[in-house]
Amino acid sequence: MTAVEQPKDAIRILNPDGSVADREARESLDLKEEDLRALYRFMALARQVDIECTALQRQGELAVYPPLIGQEAAQVGSAYALAEEDFVFPSYREAAVALVRGVDLVEYMHFHRGTRHGGIEDPIGKRFAEISVPVSSQTLHAVGWAMGARKDGANACAIVYFGDGATSQGDFHEACNFAGVFGAPVIFLCQNNGWAISVPLARQTAGPIWKKAEGYGFPGVRVDGNDVLATYKVTREAAVRARSEHMPTLIEAVTYRMGPHSTADDRSRYQPQVEIEAWQELDPLVRYRKFLEAEDAIDAAFTEQVESDAKDLAASIRKGIAGAPPLDVREMFDWVWGDLPPVLKRQRDEVASLLEEAGDG
Amino acid sequence: MAEVTMAQALTQALRHTMVEDDRVLVLGEDVGKLGGVFRITDKLQDEFGDERVFDTPLAESGIVGVSIGLAMAGWKPVPEMQFDAFSYPALDQVISHLAKYRFRSADTMSMPIVMRIPCGGGIGAAEHHSESPEAYYAHTSGLKVVMPSSPIDAFNLLVRAIEDPDPVIFFEPKGRYWSKESGDLEPNGLPIGKSRVVREGSHGTLVAWGGMVHRCLEAASAAAEDGVELEVLDLRSLVPLDVDGLVASARKTGRVVVVHEAPMTAGFGGEVVARVVEEAFDHLEAPVLRVTGYDMPYPPATVEEHYLPSVERILLAIQRTLDH
Repeated sequence: MTAVEQPKDAIRILNPDGSVADREARESLDLKEEDLRALYRFMALARQVDIECTALQRQGELAVYPPLIGQEAAQVGSAYALAEEDFVFPSYREAAVALVRGVDLVEYMHFHRGTRHGGIEDPIGKRFAEISVPVSSQTLHAVGWAMGARKDGANACAIVYFGDGATSQGDFHEACNFAGVFGAPVIFLCQNNGWAISVPLARQTAGPIWKKAEGYGFPGVRVDGNDVLATYKVTREAAVRARSEHMPTLIEAVTYRMGPHSTADDRSRYQPQVEIEAWQELDPLVRYRKFLEAEDAIDAAFTEQVESDAKDLAASIRKGIAGAPPLDVREMFDWVWGDLPPVLKRQRDEVASLLEEAGDG
Repeated sequence: MAEVTMAQALTQALRHTMVEDDRVLVLGEDVGKLGGVFRITDKLQDEFGDERVFDTPLAESGIVGVSIGLAMAGWKPVPEMQFDAFSYPALDQVISHLAKYRFRSADTMSMPIVMRIPCGGGIGAAEHHSESPEAYYAHTSGLKVVMPSSPIDAFNLLVRAIEDPDPVIFFEPKGRYWSKESGDLEPNGLPIGKSRVVREGSHGTLVAWGGMVHRCLEAASAAAEDGVELEVLDLRSLVPLDVDGLVASARKTGRVVVVHEAPMTAGFGGEVVARVVEEAFDHLEAPVLRVTGYDMPYPPATVEEHYLPSVERILLAIQRTLDH
């Protein structure tokens, strides 16, 4: 079983009841009222997208879907802290990050439908790498991109998203080490959601995640990942450190996987119901909404509009996904190499003739 | 005789060896409480405790690397890789150490480790969950590489793999996990290194392993309707390869088509073709053909049916050998 509350050393601006825990930090935020509202809007949209995609999977429209419910603050707060030229390296649970970064979610969800791999068309242009399933493998890509950007003198940083389980992989440690040695402008954003499928954090690592940074020679911070303002703040500071000092940061955003690992998972076998219920009390969306209401930053008209926008977004995803035809497999032969070698061309011709015979030419 | 699924047979094989030999350990990601994502280790932790059945941190290289150390301490680890394509982080440990330890110790020690890897496609899975990497392993001397095609043989083969003193890469065709077969679960079937004829025929031989054996049986049934009697040879063991069994069938029928899910180029089918040509050339009536996955990354689930060898593609290949 994981902890059912935030560690005491986690940086926090908002208490779970929405009241301000750190007034000074709150005042120092470079967020205008429209930014505060935008954060809420993104979180609410992400929640609705998540619900819709879980439903789409149940209806057979997605092959599998890894819900992010409970992690909206960690994703939205960190993604909102980035500049346009910064580069995101996601794992497979970052639909909310994709949303904030303006990635087309229909295109993104076609990955989970099994229409195409990767999920992102033109990752360089979108500053959003292909969805990465092999756990932790993308951490090194982020460091490499950051090294390259630094060589070019670019005023940009990379951010890589991964989970608590990923910190067990060698790739994570190699990435941290390279980042420290080469002064790569990179942010390691670990969403510690307590579970790697059925394995709780305590069986994943015997020490705190954020402290691992020290051994690699750069700062680590632990933040309440269900506090969108605190997550925004530490990511903003890490981005400044990355761009101006070429100093990496490891951020451990402590949050909770309120859903299953994926729609294929049966978590009743291992995830205690009392734990899920305890974390429901710490719902990041509810907390932030209470804060905004107390600040008079939102009114009923705004929340109604957000609700309506969320439904529209969910409907647009459903429209783009449900019943969508598969891609033409013949086209995929052109994706393997820059040119089509003769052997592969023969294989494509074979598929083409089979399809034509089947009347699908 | 009870009917069992391949998944159940594999669970029973693990249980059987753990009862027989208290040095057998099961380790991997989610193998404990969850019983593995395919439930192959279901309830083993309840029965044998968490000293013998345990979840590891999420690190495949670590899982295989510590299995090597555990073996050196006298244990018999049976590590599970969660999916085919998740086994790649462990390749350095597999190729550089697991496969070579006996050789590097001048035959003074062995590495009794069975690495279980679910493999293959056809179940509409996510990216990296449907690959057939057997050729990577078969190319590495020092490893034994096996893949059952049926529940009863899966039990027999897994027990034999765990009893084997050398490292065995044990592929489990996940598309066949839920297939059923009646029979007794006894480790008295064929040993590693032997193929088996699962259907007799005289006009041609289909050679396959794992999930494609069933596909070949479907093709053979369809061919029989047109009076073509096909033999289906289940290799079971890619390394060591039963060259004698393979060549005997090739000589008998004179026509051979090899079927596998993995891409064609440098796939294990090439090895099979070479052996047949080397040792049965004078008996062949036609070129030996391959029906395989295409030379591309395993495609997305919505188009995988076009990638996997189909009955139609197998029959077309057989027709080419008959027309020759």
